[in-house]
Amino acid sequence: MARAAIPGRLIWQRASVTDTRVETPRATTLRLAAPDWSGHVPGQHVDVRLTAEDGYQAQRSYSVASAPEAGLLELTVEDLSDGEVSPYLTEELRRGDQLELRGPIGGYFTWTRNDGGPLFLLAGGSGVVPLMSMLRYRAAIDSDVPATLLYSSRSWDDIIYREELERLGAESGVNVVHTLTRSQPAGWTGYKRRIDRAMLGEVMDETQGAKLAYVCGPTALVEQAANDLVALGYPADRVKTERFGPTGG
Amino acid sequence: MSDSDEPGEARLDGNAAGALLAEVFRCEPSMARAVCSGCGAIAPVGALWAYGLEMGAILRCPVCDTAIIRVGAAGTAIVVDLRGAVSVRFEVVP
Repeated sequence: MARAAIPGRLIWQRASVTDTRVETPRATTLRLAAPDWSGHVPGQHVDVRLTAEDGYQAQRSYSVASAPEAGLLELTVEDLSDGEVSPYLTEELRRGDQLELRGPIGGYFTWTRNDGGPLFLLAGGSGVVPLMSMLRYRAAIDSDVPATLLYSSRSWDDIIYREELERLGAESGVNVVHTLTRSQPAGWTGYKRRIDRAMLGEVMDETQGAKLAYVCGPTALVEQAANDLVALGYPADRVKTERFGPTGG
Repeated sequence: MSDSDEPGEARLDGNAAGALLAEVFRCEPSMARAVCSGCGAIAPVGALWAYGLEMGAILRCPVCDTAIIRVGAAGTAIVVDLRGAVSVRFEVVP
């Protein structure tokens, strides 16, 4: 870091938007240039702060989507229509716009090669974002740790990173299993219900004996899936969770 | 933060309070291991249950619900109340 900072001290820093990418009708990726960014570990998050002209500030946490190796910082933000921050981030921000962020934050919900595997990743909606950072990192370092992603989305069009996940499946051996809870395309033969214990048991058979799980998504999904994984034999301390809860807007 | 009365929906992970605690502690706070004064359970701070993150946070034991850590921002100060913890172990070298 350029400025003399206390080690680990979180400092608000300016970042500018260099690109935006629409991922789904409700999720947008922001690519940011942050001159003081110190790098991150897959799974970490940042705080984003917006300041209105009258001084009113709003702050939210977002997971980093990019791999550390990418040399850039990307956040994927889901537009919660009644939210106070996310509609601005997903709809109003343009290239060159500035925002403030601090981070990276967190060391618990993270994965690097030293954590081993095989990996069982479970995501609901935009809960896929920190897991995508892990999968992108895994591909970037050519890790051969087996990885399975069970990903619950409302519909085919709501699957964030859909095409990249297909590529990761084909080129880097990630076993990607989708469940579509609200609507399915014609001819869909995959799961079409919320993640439940029976589904976890079936997908677990494809995880090559994984005993390390990361679960991220809405609180209800995370709690049920984490409880089910423990009931299915996972040690509780090998099920790492990150709940979105009702915040994030 | 929602004002929902449904505890399952208001609940986040201690990880979510990481920025507040990192303002105070030099070592990665979400990896610190807290011993609950209520039941003796040991858990990383990141795995505690976090509530009420708008002004600060209450981090509760996922086993017995004891409030292990309270952390709040007050102007330029951050106040940490650790009375719910028997101890909190920080690893100086992660």
